[in-house]
Amino acid sequence: MAEARRNPGFGGVFMNGLITENPTFTLMLGMCPTLGVTTAAMNGVSMGLATTFVLVFSNLFISLLRNIIPDKVRIPAYIVIIASFVTMIDLIMQAFLPDLRAVLGTYIQLIVVNCIIFARAESFAAKNPPLLSLADGLGMGLGFTVSITLLSCIRELFGSGSIFGFSVMPEAYQPMAIMNMVPGGFITLGLMMVLVNFIKKALSARKEARA
Amino acid sequence: MQAKWTIAPAPHVRDNVTSRRIMIDVCLALAPAGIMSIVYFGAAAAGLIAISVLTCVLTEYLYQRLTGAKVTVGDWSAVVTGLLLAYNIPASAPWWIPVVGGVFAILIVKQLFGGIGSNFMNPALTARAVLFISWGSIMGAYPATQLMADTVSGATPLALLAEDASQVNLVDLLIGNCGGVLGETCKIALILGGVYLIVRGIIDWRVPACFIGMVFVCYLFMGGFDLALKEILAGGLMLGAFFMATDYATTPTSVLGRCIMGAGCGLLCFVIRAFANYPEGCSFAILFMNVATPLIDRFTMTKHFGEVKKHG
Repeated sequence: MAEARRNPGFGGVFMNGLITENPTFTLMLGMCPTLGVTTAAMNGVSMGLATTFVLVFSNLFISLLRNIIPDKVRIPAYIVIIASFVTMIDLIMQAFLPDLRAVLGTYIQLIVVNCIIFARAESFAAKNPPLLSLADGLGMGLGFTVSITLLSCIRELFGSGSIFGFSVMPEAYQPMAIMNMVPGGFITLGLMMVLVNFIKKALSARKEARA
Repeated sequence: MQAKWTIAPAPHVRDNVTSRRIMIDVCLALAPAGIMSIVYFGAAAAGLIAISVLTCVLTEYLYQRLTGAKVTVGDWSAVVTGLLLAYNIPASAPWWIPVVGGVFAILIVKQLFGGIGSNFMNPALTARAVLFISWGSIMGAYPATQLMADTVSGATPLALLAEDASQVNLVDLLIGNCGGVLGETCKIALILGGVYLIVRGIIDWRVPACFIGMVFVCYLFMGGFDLALKEILAGGLMLGAFFMATDYATTPTSVLGRCIMGAGCGLLCFVIRAFANYPEGCSFAILFMNVATPLIDRFTMTKHFGEVKKHG
């Protein structure tokens, strides 16, 4: 994190969003779609990509307009920008991916109030040049996508015995229905966080041992 | 995990009661119900109990070995969890039900939250809730006891009571000759175990008394004495009130707190049984109150001697 600050290159900012400050596992933002739509891997990917689309463009435009938007009305201004892109992705999905749109339902419209997008607008895009903000949006968006795809793969595997709709469990497997419900989401997310923290601790311990 | 100092609320009385001694006593108290379940449900019951206990102990052992923690399998707490979990499983369940439940109870609910004394919900009960929600058709199938000649699959007494109280025979309820999960059917064995624990000073009588009393009073107002008596003897109430609601880590520490905890369990159990879709609310009621325990502890904290109530 400190390194990325000192040397804020395009790649550094991108990796910061993807891994170091991963929105799901480190910042713990955007919990609503994270728990709500991650019952199937396909939902996770598409929700993640839709959020990434909005995040990249809202970050870019907010950064471009950062010197024009008056400080006092910045929140409404951000909402207008974010809502425009959410409406775009919503209409695009209704036109070209109606089935998927039906599954994700109102969660697509709820991207407007997704706190990842707000947090990045407020804490990054409003203070940084457009290209870096784009990188941040891309990194954060893909970090979110990867995390919720992993989460939804695990939930789909145990909850339905498949991954991306392909059956992978043996015939005799009886799906664990709780994984398709909200408690299953919480439990899986908690366990993944345990794992992520464990890996991080192990890595930093190794780094310290080397130094 | 053994710290240099023992941190405990006053009074600081020391004696040779260890958690191992307590857990062995709980196992002893649970034994009659286990024996009766084997009498009623045969080898299947014995198998499920054995698998459940083995899974719990093995999970605890492996987790503690892998993480380099002190292995505390010798304190028998995993055995108690295994027994309680098995008692919540119907005799017709396949072998992997106690395995999944045991791993969930020990690994996720107990060890990941810090091991014995640190779990915020009763491990066995949480595992039962997960199993029940996940595989409702397996966990909700209550086979008839071997003595019930005239029925193929026994509707639980609770389901019968919901229709008409006179269908249920009080003696059958007491000796356990009715449908249900392994450990909940024989009320005499459970009460015997519960009284043993109270006499030995291992559990506080207030929790089960308030719990059962609350359910009794609620049903007394709803349907009269006969229904109330049969309701407290049906389902998992006795098992839950004596053995699960009294778990040390998930029960308030003060006397008033324990009364509130017991009464809350009873009220929730009654509400779920009488008005909700689930036939039995005992386990969910206890889990709810487990989660509320820190809150109850906060509001019933003992006042320090000489403490003046702060205003504002």
